[in-house]
Amino acid sequence: MDFKFTVEQERFRQEVVDFLQDEIKRGLWKPTCDAWIQGQDPSFTKRVAAKGWIGLSWPKELGGGGRSAVDRMILTEEMLRYGAPAACHWFADRQIGNAIIHYGNEEQKRTWLPLIMRGEAYVGLGLSEPDAASDLASIKTRAIETDDGFIIDGQKVWTSCAKYMNYIYLIARTDPNAPKHRGISEFFFSTDRPGVTLTPTIDITGSEAWCETFLDQVKVPKSALIGEKNRGFYQVVNQLDYERAGLERLMGNYPLYETLKLFCKETKRRGVPLCKDPDIRHKLAQLEIEFEVGRLLTYRVALVIDEGRAPNLEAAMAKAYSTAYEQHLAMLAIEILGLYGSLWEDSKYAVINGMATHSYLASKGYSLQAGTSEILRNIIAQRGLGLPA
Amino acid sequence: MDLKLKEEQEMLKTMARDFLTNKFPKTVIKEIQADEKGYSMPLWKEMADLGWQGLIIPEKYGGNGMTFQDLSILLEEMGRACMPGPFFATVILGAYPIMENGTEDQKEKYLPGIASGKFIFTMAINELDGQYDAASIECEANPDGNDFILNGTKLFVPYAHVADYIICVARTGKSADPESNISIFIVDAGSSGINTTVLKTIDNEKLCEVVFNNVRVPRENLLGEINRGWKYVEKVIERAALAKCCEILGAMQSALEMTVQYAKDRKQFDQPIGKFQIIQHYCANMFTDVEGLKYVTYQAVWLQSEGLPSMRETSIAKAWANEASDRVMALAHQIHGAIGVTIDHDLQYYTKRIKAATLSFGDSHYHREIVASQMGL
Repeated sequence: MDFKFTVEQERFRQEVVDFLQDEIKRGLWKPTCDAWIQGQDPSFTKRVAAKGWIGLSWPKELGGGGRSAVDRMILTEEMLRYGAPAACHWFADRQIGNAIIHYGNEEQKRTWLPLIMRGEAYVGLGLSEPDAASDLASIKTRAIETDDGFIIDGQKVWTSCAKYMNYIYLIARTDPNAPKHRGISEFFFSTDRPGVTLTPTIDITGSEAWCETFLDQVKVPKSALIGEKNRGFYQVVNQLDYERAGLERLMGNYPLYETLKLFCKETKRRGVPLCKDPDIRHKLAQLEIEFEVGRLLTYRVALVIDEGRAPNLEAAMAKAYSTAYEQHLAMLAIEILGLYGSLWEDSKYAVINGMATHSYLASKGYSLQAGTSEILRNIIAQRGLGLPA
Repeated sequence: MDLKLKEEQEMLKTMARDFLTNKFPKTVIKEIQADEKGYSMPLWKEMADLGWQGLIIPEKYGGNGMTFQDLSILLEEMGRACMPGPFFATVILGAYPIMENGTEDQKEKYLPGIASGKFIFTMAINELDGQYDAASIECEANPDGNDFILNGTKLFVPYAHVADYIICVARTGKSADPESNISIFIVDAGSSGINTTVLKTIDNEKLCEVVFNNVRVPRENLLGEINRGWKYVEKVIERAALAKCCEILGAMQSALEMTVQYAKDRKQFDQPIGKFQIIQHYCANMFTDVEGLKYVTYQAVWLQSEGLPSMRETSIAKAWANEASDRVMALAHQIHGAIGVTIDHDLQYYTKRIKAATLSFGDSHYHREIVASQMGL
């Protein structure tokens, strides 16, 4: 058993930290919460691509970095710590690349992976629909096969990447007569084609990071199909593990945590720093304790991936735990700030850039997106403990 | 980064589990707890023959020279089996202090006896207020010629009534700073003036009141430097807290397994209750709490074993253990229904043992305060 990283890994971490700190110092961007999903900055994505840090853990023979899942976790840990605007490449890097590597043919791998690694593909995820979310197998979006491709028709909600999205990954029904799990296929194609309409979804925080995607008789080539026709549901299940596996579930609001601690050290109430108030002290210590548990549960997921196993149980556990932590962080932050915690960033008298207010609201979605905590607990109980389905 | 045990450690774990499962079934534990001594002498000897008491004692004193991480494997298995007895006290509160703070003479005098199973050791830290602060220490050791005269009352001393030696933390002077003027003494339990009463505890582990009435302690029994003992006592508390985490972890894993099995076996409304979603979610919550404890405990154990700073990580583990165990045991009882609230069902061994362990060597408040100060707040 060993809880330290190798000299090489420590050096890599420092390289990432130096890069991020330098960018912040040069005023290229500011640390923000949820930057991995809402921080859309194609120029940042291109600079990260130039370092070879997109596709870090993809096989070398496909142009990837060939590094371990733990190494990728180190990279993402620092990106999250510094609230870096990595949203444009996050989804492609985290899960779509893996989907293509596992199920794509040679041509698809050689066409799309380099595109992603150059920071030129901003991929949105087309999974959920108005009537099919946790019950993903009930999707209605159709893909009708023709001589030269497919015609896709339907609607997706909560598509990430909205503003800059130029590629979409989606699942659609190719066989409406088969049992629902067995009639779904995976597709990947550029969105710059007739019939694709995006409508922004404004979330509870007022942000427009998501959209609805309307697909009106969209023609895509045969090469848009990933893997086997009608086996898409089984292919996507593996991808969902990657979607749930990361530190973004624990550290999306890390800038809030750091800022809160600093605020409590620097702010005095009747001459005494807030951090000396026993109640506040213990709330912050509790967050530190809960964070440490989440960090280890999540690094464990990377270790399982590096062993070549699907982290089905471990990713479900890490995500369900971590999103509860983030909700707790936001709740305690607002509690500690009191009335000031209710002010938006642009209000007079706002403190810590209104981060607590924003995170409190945004966090309501964490235990829902990418697998609700209830679905995840079903997985933990049934896959992890063998309780009857 | 790697979460696997070495092959020898896996073997130790398997061997320990086999021994404890065979030798400490609940029927045996029940007998031991009913017995005034609170431990089985034949089994104590068997453990010594396996090299357990001496596991971490250097080979030159008759031990096995293994690490704290190796010992943590035993502690976890002992927790899993709910094993009663003075092992924890003898090794954590006896062997380690002598190894780390003792003179060569003291090491030669006591360590071989601990390794062979001949000596039972314990340490008397707590006093009337039941806290772990230096200010709690009022027990006095005043010089008299070449000896010290010890006076005071210690509480919650594990197995003092059967111990051969009681290591006592006492005040050897007065000053404004409560952390100064504290010294540590190895007291022969057979000395005149010692009066021990066993307290009735939730889990039947024998914690004692020990009254020292003009007990004469020779100078050669001073452990470490006079008046400079508190920093070392803090280290003892830190290691003991972490050792308790290992026990709690083992016990919680047992409780989880027992509960999941019950959920699969127990039928109501024509199906195993484990098919109901809420029961599944309760079990998932328990599992997450236990896995969380596993990794923070193993991390702190690794740091301690490597001799790296571990105060923050130990307090994280103990604070988590204290609160996670409350959640886990509450759900274990909910899932077991009425049968879990009877004395005849095994669950109650774990409920009681775990609660007692969480109260020892720092409650959540104590450890959160350590985490807060480690954070620089």
